[in-house]
Amino acid sequence: MTELRLELKEKIIEQLNLEEFTVADIADDDALFGNGLGLDSIDALELIVMLDKDYGIQLTDPKEGKEIFKSIAVLADYIADNRGK
Amino acid sequence: MEKTHHISSYCHIKDSRVSLNGNTLFISAIAEFSAFIKSASQHLETKYSKFYKMDNLSKMAFLASDVVLNHAKLPSDKENNIAILLSNRASSLDTDRKYQDSISEADNFFPSPSVFVYTLPNICIGEISIKHQLHSENCFFIFDTFDANHLWLHAESLLKSKKAEKVLCGWVDFDENNYEAFIYLVEENGTIAHSPNEIKRLYKS
Repeated sequence: MTELRLELKEKIIEQLNLEEFTVADIADDDALFGNGLGLDSIDALELIVMLDKDYGIQLTDPKEGKEIFKSIAVLADYIADNRGK
Repeated sequence: MEKTHHISSYCHIKDSRVSLNGNTLFISAIAEFSAFIKSASQHLETKYSKFYKMDNLSKMAFLASDVVLNHAKLPSDKENNIAILLSNRASSLDTDRKYQDSISEADNFFPSPSVFVYTLPNICIGEISIKHQLHSENCFFIFDTFDANHLWLHAESLLKSKKAEKVLCGWVDFDENNYEAFIYLVEENGTIAHSPNEIKRLYKS
């Protein structure tokens, strides 16, 4: 699980162009949206694409995304339980 | 008596160099655009996290506009009625190609939302407007070459009809490894007359 959390932090920094962040800046329980990393709605869509492309998970319910993208820890748990790749 | 308008400042970005009113602000040996514009934004202390999420065209238009608008020292306690008129040749072709690449294979069909949002050239105007809180008239023209006459006419029309107090104008063209930005601010105050000939002269300088 620690590896997956690290992998997600690296992917998020790279794919969402968070140039001002390093992996060490993101705590497992930091909020990804709002006051945390400050991600926006386009980032949310990009995360949905990432789940599909890299982990074979297709989100169909937007409400589901709101809960899943709460933090790295929550996202990693969801991926571990649902991944198809 | 009819007001005359002037060009108060202008910025060029090309050949790994950023200049304001003809004076170099930043020059780099880096030829590759992404690395160059990142270094330039850090050197010029842009301090805007959304900058890194923009496509190449928006980064260049944003940085050149930021240089000019910061130099103008706009009042922060009132809304600035600054219209934006930009133009280029390649539209958003550079980003269009990137997006096309992401949807060209049926077995690897993952269109990127963050690339897609930049598949229009006028998105860069939105980025400038968000940063500087501008709720003003704007337009993006596609020309074969830089058209000083058209920009002059449109800017004069906006100023004379009082649709805007100032107009940020220019040319921001990006296509593969070729890039060029020329942004200038037109307002009542300034030393350079706002005329097609002066615009052409500054563009070529």
